[in-house]
Amino acid sequence: MPLKTIDEINEKISEGKAVVVTAEEMIDIVRDNGPKKAAKMVDVVTTGTFSPMCSSGAFINFGHSTPGIRMTRVWLNDVMAYAGIAAVDAYIGATELSESQGMAYGGAHVIQEFIEGKDIRLRAESYGTDCYPRKSITTTINKNNVNQAFMFNPRNCYQNYPAATNSTDKTIYTYMGTLLPQFGNVTYCTSGQLSPLLNDPEYRTIGIGTRVFFGGTQGYVAFQGTQHDPEQERMPNGTPVNLAGTLALIGDMKNMSVKYIRAAIYEKYGVTLFVGVGIPIPVLDEDMAIKTGVADKDIYTTIVDKSGQTSFSQRVSYQELRSGYVTIHGRKVPTAPLSSMKKAREIANELKTWIQKGEFLLAKPAELLPRHQQRLNRLEIRGD
Amino acid sequence: MTIKVNLTFPPAKVTFPLMTQLVRNFGLEVNILHADVHLNKTGKLIVELTGEKENIDKALQYIEEQGITYHVFNGTLTWEEENCVHCGACTSVCPSRALTIDAPDYILAYDKEKCLICGLCVKACPMRILHVAQREPEA
Repeated sequence: MPLKTIDEINEKISEGKAVVVTAEEMIDIVRDNGPKKAAKMVDVVTTGTFSPMCSSGAFINFGHSTPGIRMTRVWLNDVMAYAGIAAVDAYIGATELSESQGMAYGGAHVIQEFIEGKDIRLRAESYGTDCYPRKSITTTINKNNVNQAFMFNPRNCYQNYPAATNSTDKTIYTYMGTLLPQFGNVTYCTSGQLSPLLNDPEYRTIGIGTRVFFGGTQGYVAFQGTQHDPEQERMPNGTPVNLAGTLALIGDMKNMSVKYIRAAIYEKYGVTLFVGVGIPIPVLDEDMAIKTGVADKDIYTTIVDKSGQTSFSQRVSYQELRSGYVTIHGRKVPTAPLSSMKKAREIANELKTWIQKGEFLLAKPAELLPRHQQRLNRLEIRGD
Repeated sequence: MTIKVNLTFPPAKVTFPLMTQLVRNFGLEVNILHADVHLNKTGKLIVELTGEKENIDKALQYIEEQGITYHVFNGTLTWEEENCVHCGACTSVCPSRALTIDAPDYILAYDKEKCLICGLCVKACPMRILHVAQREPEA
């Protein structure tokens, strides 16, 4: 039997009586009081992350023109959006590059400008049909004159992420940043002890329908994310040591803020989107107090060689990564984060305030995320 | 005057004691800020040279005559602080630790004194908010 239910916690939130702390504050509470007492003291733990999340994008419905067009190809500020759906719906992906500016501009920038309320140039083509005779259109759209615009991100909030280094003699440019030659640096990319899925590592409370902080507004977990891989090797505390769980998230893009959604460019790699996500975790019982009390010293990841030239692999704790140096082959190598701890803290604190004010209630998931499933398939080269 | 210089040594020259020569022959004060030197490989040194302008000019000419290429860092780094998300990507390439993001706040800090104006951070910044403005050469 749980100590308390989500319904009981929501009642407390509505009455303004819920005790809400951030995942970092929870570390000290559990250490000082023990998990049993901490579970009684605290109702909700808030988490946060602000990281580049490539698998992001948005559906936009532009509304119908007169005469109408069944858009077959769509560009927003010269960035192609996927239009192989109904007449005036399109999906703008964060990493799609501009056809005129290349890597200097992409889908993520379109998304950021849309949220800022700027006009976006829409260009569309069609073959024309009896019911939709128009064959082309050029106009501008913004968040006030389109219909729905919701972000739907197939894979966000990776539970853990391998840290990156480079064994070769040349600098390499990757989605893990610029990696200097001969193990010249190590980059890493999670908010560690503040990260959502590292605070509920066995997915006991997070699932389909969980209400979350998403880009500055309230959004939802839509499904397990793509590449969700729960069978990853784990530490005794349940946290995985490499890529594992993921979330597909959905939320109203019109209500998002560029404080928590930002376009980014990785040199010689491409465009991506920084997404701010915070997930509230109900402290249902002693086990959830233990789980949310996890600290960087207890969370591990794996440093890998992003050049792909060696099978180098080294396990390291987030406490070591955060110290500024790790030791590789007996040498001190500087480390650097790519995920903003400052922003992650802002998100966890903002979500905490929303809950304390009674503006944000916890949602009981319709289904929890799968904890057991087949490992990921590889793409084999089949046929000729 | 003081200048910051990037020196690139061809593999055959990495064992050449250039710093000693600069001190002895040109009376320069040498401060090695960053070194990446391995036997039989192209080597890199970033150094700060202090001395009379005339001696520095002569030293640069001498460096060139030895087959070692140099680049004088000349500019100022600007940072659009209000647009910074404090991710830390720039700190991963900064050779002199002028850019740091450390506990407890994890807020990006920029130490102008340590900065070599090497420009590596400009391209590493995902927000594109770091810029190097070239300074006019000193008369």
